[in-house]
Amino acid sequence: MLRSTLLLAFGLAAFAATTARADEFTKTDVERYQKEFEQVAAKGRELWTSGALGTNGVACAQCHPNAANTHPETYPKFQKQLGKVAQLFEMANWCIRNPLQGANLPPDDPRMTALVSYITFERRGVKLAPGQH
Amino acid sequence: MSEFVTRRSVLAGAGAGAALTTLPISMVTLAFGGEREDFTFTYISDAHIQQIKGASFVRNWDQGLKRAVAEANLVKPESDFVIFGGDLAQLGKREELDHGAEILSKLKGKLHAVMGEHDYYLDLGDYWSKLYGPHYYSFDHKGVHFIVLNSILTSEQWTFHRWPTAEQRMLEMAGLDNPNGSPFMVGDKQRKWLANDLAKLDKKTPIVVFSHSPLQKIYKGWNFWTDDAEDVQALLAPFDSVNVIYGHVHQIQYNQIGSISFNSVMATAWPWPYPQSYAQAESHLPVLTIPMNRADPFFERDATGWQLIDIGSGRVAARYQLWDNDQRTVAFDHKAGHPVDVAYQEPTQRRLPQTHY
Repeated sequence: MLRSTLLLAFGLAAFAATTARADEFTKTDVERYQKEFEQVAAKGRELWTSGALGTNGVACAQCHPNAANTHPETYPKFQKQLGKVAQLFEMANWCIRNPLQGANLPPDDPRMTALVSYITFERRGVKLAPGQH
Repeated sequence: MSEFVTRRSVLAGAGAGAALTTLPISMVTLAFGGEREDFTFTYISDAHIQQIKGASFVRNWDQGLKRAVAEANLVKPESDFVIFGGDLAQLGKREELDHGAEILSKLKGKLHAVMGEHDYYLDLGDYWSKLYGPHYYSFDHKGVHFIVLNSILTSEQWTFHRWPTAEQRMLEMAGLDNPNGSPFMVGDKQRKWLANDLAKLDKKTPIVVFSHSPLQKIYKGWNFWTDDAEDVQALLAPFDSVNVIYGHVHQIQYNQIGSISFNSVMATAWPWPYPQSYAQAESHLPVLTIPMNRADPFFERDATGWQLIDIGSGRVAARYQLWDNDQRTVAFDHKAGHPVDVAYQEPTQRRLPQTHY
C-alpha cells in the first residue's frame, strides 16, 4: 500500500513537471529581485564606510572611496602576494585582517555577500577580465 | 626598499643644478638675480591619526607619520622649515590632535601648519588653533612670500544648520565619497584678506600658497575640489610666479594654470586612487600629471611618503620621498613653462603602470 502510494505520488509529480511552464517571473518579481539586490548592496556600502568589520575603526572606504581600485572584474586571478589564484572575497579578507586589524569573514557570510555586491555594483559596466594583470 | 634618506641621496638623482644646494651657504647659487638664496623646506601631510580607544591609536597611520618625521630629521643640511599640510587627525578629536602633535614635536625646525577638514569639522578648528595658531596667515622667507589658506570651509547652512551634533558633522565630512559632504571653499572673508595681503607685494615677488584642498577643480565627487578656486586664482594671477602646494588628494598631481603652478603632496597615512579609476564618473585630472603606480596593499607604506621642496628661481621642485614605490621629482621646467615629472616626462622613459594589485 505504501509503495503504491509513493509510486502514484511520483507519477503525479512527473506529470506535473512536464506540464508546468518553465520558471517565469513577472515585472513585479523583477522589481523585487532588483530591490533585494539593492538592499544588500546598500548594506555593503554601510559596512564599507562604517569601520564595523575590523577592530581599529578603520573603514574600507578610507582607502577605496566608491570601492575604487578594488577592480572586482579581474577576479579570480593569480594574486602574486598570496601565491595562488584567489577570489575577491580572499582579498577583501586580507584587507579586513590587515589595515582593519579584524578577523576573516566566511565566504558565504551575509556581510561578505553584501561587500562583494557593493564592490561589483560600483564597477558595473566594466568588462569582465578574470585573471587580468 | 626605500633607502636611508639624506639630503645627499635625495638630491643625487635630481639633476646637477640642484646639487648646489648641498654646498655651504656661501657657495649657494643665488637665484632671482642674486637677491635671494635657494632654499629647501620639508612638507609632511595627511597623517589622519585615528584614535581606537583611550591611548590606543591606529598603528598603520601612526607609523607613517613617525617614519616621515624620523626621515625629515635626517636631512642634512637641515631644511629651512617644515610644513604640515593638514588632516593631522581623522575625526578632529583632541586626543588625535594631541597624539599627532606629540609625534610632530620631534621635528627639528620651525613648523607651519595648514588646516585640513579632518582637523576642523568637530570643533571648527578651536583646538587645532590652540596648537598651531591662526587658520590662515602669511610670512616671508628669503624673499619669497608664503601664504597659508584654510581652503576647507563651506557654507553657513551646511556648517551650522544641518547636523544635530558636531560629531555627526565631522563624520559626514570625513567620508571622501559621502554625498552628504559639502564642497570646500576659501570663502569671501578669507579672499578679502588674501587680496589685502597681496596688495602690499611687488608683482615679481615669488609666491607660494599652501592650501589643504586643491585650488583647482579636479573631481567634485571626492571633494578633490575647491568651489571658489577660480576666484582665488584670479587674485593670484597678476603675479609672475605663483606656486600652490596642496595635500588632501593623497597622490601626485601637478598642473599649470596661467602663471600658477600646482603641486600636490603625498599622505603619510594611505594613498588614494586617481579619480578616473572610479568607472561611474568623469574626472578632470590635470593633463600634465603622470599618475604614479598603483600602491601594493601588501606593503602598507607603499605610495605614502613626504616631500623635500626646493625653491629655485621662485618655482617649486617637489622631491617625493615615496616608500616602496619609485621616487619622483616634479620640477618647474622653465622652457616648457609648467611643472614636469623629471624622470617620466618622455613616454619612452615611463615605467608601465601597475594596475593589478
